[in-house]
Amino acid sequence: MAEKDYRLSPRVDQVGIQDRVDRFTKRSVKNEAKRKGLYMTLNMIDLTTLEGADTDFKIKQLCYKAQHLHDSFPGLPTTAAVCVYPNFVKTAVNQVKGSGVKVASVATAFPSGHSSSEIKLLDTKIAVDNGADEVDMVISRGKFHSGEYNFVYDEIAAIKEACGKARLKVILETGELGTFDKVRRASDIAMDAGADFIKTSTGKISPAATLPVTLVMLEAIKDYYYETGKMVGMKPAGGISNSKLALQYLLMVKETLGGKWLNNQWFRFGASSLANDVLMQIMKQESGIYQSKDYFSKD
Amino acid sequence: MSRIEVLKTYKIYIGGKFPRTESGRYYQPKANGKLLGNICLSSRKDFRNATVAARSAQGGWAAKSAYNRSQILYRIAEILEGRRTQFIEELIQQGSKKPQAEKEVNLSIDRLIYFAGWCDKYTQIFSSVNPVASSHFNFSVPEPTGVVAILAPEESGLLGLVSQIAPTIAGGNTCVVLASENIPLCSITLAEVLSTSDVPGGVINILTGNRKELIPHFSAHMDVNALVYCGNNSSEIKIIHEAAVDNLKRVILRDSGSYISDKYESPHLISSLQEIKTTWHPVEKIGAAGSGY
Repeated sequence: MAEKDYRLSPRVDQVGIQDRVDRFTKRSVKNEAKRKGLYMTLNMIDLTTLEGADTDFKIKQLCYKAQHLHDSFPGLPTTAAVCVYPNFVKTAVNQVKGSGVKVASVATAFPSGHSSSEIKLLDTKIAVDNGADEVDMVISRGKFHSGEYNFVYDEIAAIKEACGKARLKVILETGELGTFDKVRRASDIAMDAGADFIKTSTGKISPAATLPVTLVMLEAIKDYYYETGKMVGMKPAGGISNSKLALQYLLMVKETLGGKWLNNQWFRFGASSLANDVLMQIMKQESGIYQSKDYFSKD
Repeated sequence: MSRIEVLKTYKIYIGGKFPRTESGRYYQPKANGKLLGNICLSSRKDFRNATVAARSAQGGWAAKSAYNRSQILYRIAEILEGRRTQFIEELIQQGSKKPQAEKEVNLSIDRLIYFAGWCDKYTQIFSSVNPVASSHFNFSVPEPTGVVAILAPEESGLLGLVSQIAPTIAGGNTCVVLASENIPLCSITLAEVLSTSDVPGGVINILTGNRKELIPHFSAHMDVNALVYCGNNSSEIKIIHEAAVDNLKRVILRDSGSYISDKYESPHLISSLQEIKTTWHPVEKIGAAGSGY
């Protein structure tokens, strides 16, 4: 049971958030800073495939790509992780063995979260037993909207326990929460209940991750850190498909939480097409020539 | 009371919109000693943005039925016709004599109609069924090259421009055009015509600016499939050939002259921006009884 009354979570100043975000989008990042930012971005990506049509072979391709982003240009990092459905965890674990790429699995009746507690726990357990390093769970938005914050809290805590050593990312699905106040409230619940990461979206509904909503969550992480001394990671997911936007996210993290968060232990991008765009930008930086998708791997 | 004339701001045309150059720069071309206007001095980033727009429009444009592309080209001609006087005035402003200007505008309209007519015909003309020695039905068809960058004729600000754009888009390509540097007015007014004539945004993108500055970027960009250069400056041509090899860009050299001649009305101008795809289709039997497909 949660000890706090989450109705008292701090209110969010919507105009202020928008105003700060506007400033991040007008910043110009060039040359060396841009290069560093792009490499950093690659290394923060959770390369994701969460489709009904996924097959073992698709997962193998994804895992290969995570480790070999663009072999004709040596010295590139790998992505941070691959993110798949629980039944593909085994395949993914085998494929990325020894590469340092982690395997993240969605769980708890992703993406809707509508299922019984038993199923959700079992879902998590299967993923972890198969070797997932990270679990991405969804919160029960229905319960959250009904004001049953204790239910949401207890569920996250139970999943956290089921995760064992695996790190837990809690997906708030901000596109279904409606207001920044609710995003803040859900962030507070998730962190108190033991989330290692809080994550914006499943990527299945629109809007997914946006700069403002991420800023709200970063502020929640900051307050939590000041209060408890514990660091919590952040993962915006869905809709981040170009480098410029990714760099703006990094700026925002740096200026809200500080440099300590600027590595893939504490910050991730959930994305599929972002990697190729970043690669194209890196090649542009290196060669001075604008690139074409034709010369990079298919997403 | 005397009235102050309201002058037009000449902006560039990217993805169906009229942004200013992201660089904020401008230049001031003159004709007969008089200032033509403050014209956007486009940067390589404008070119990049235009190429992105052209790329994303390409699939949809090529997928439109030939008949529909024809209708759209015809529509451009219709709208251009309605703006005849404006174009004539601009041409005069840029140094043409009145009869010359009228002729140029009329020919531009006619040329659009000409290529509108070809949209659903060139495929037949340039396709073939090829005799082969094995049991295959072997045929070749032209397909659009993709994104075409055009360095438009320097001396022919309207007719030359239209003569380059029309065959390019008639064949299902999209394009990024650098207009004449010294007489750019008609190019932007043409963009206004395009934006009101059912041409999807991004199919034609028009930039104004300095040729010398942009040529290296036009020729090197990996996402440009072909480059049309109108002119005869050998050092520029050398730069283009060198930079274009990286992605084996198709480089096409054309005139910078007046474009009045009817040699600019030819389906070969369409086919020069097509790739020929040949298909080998297995057939069961080819024998005395006739074909088996």
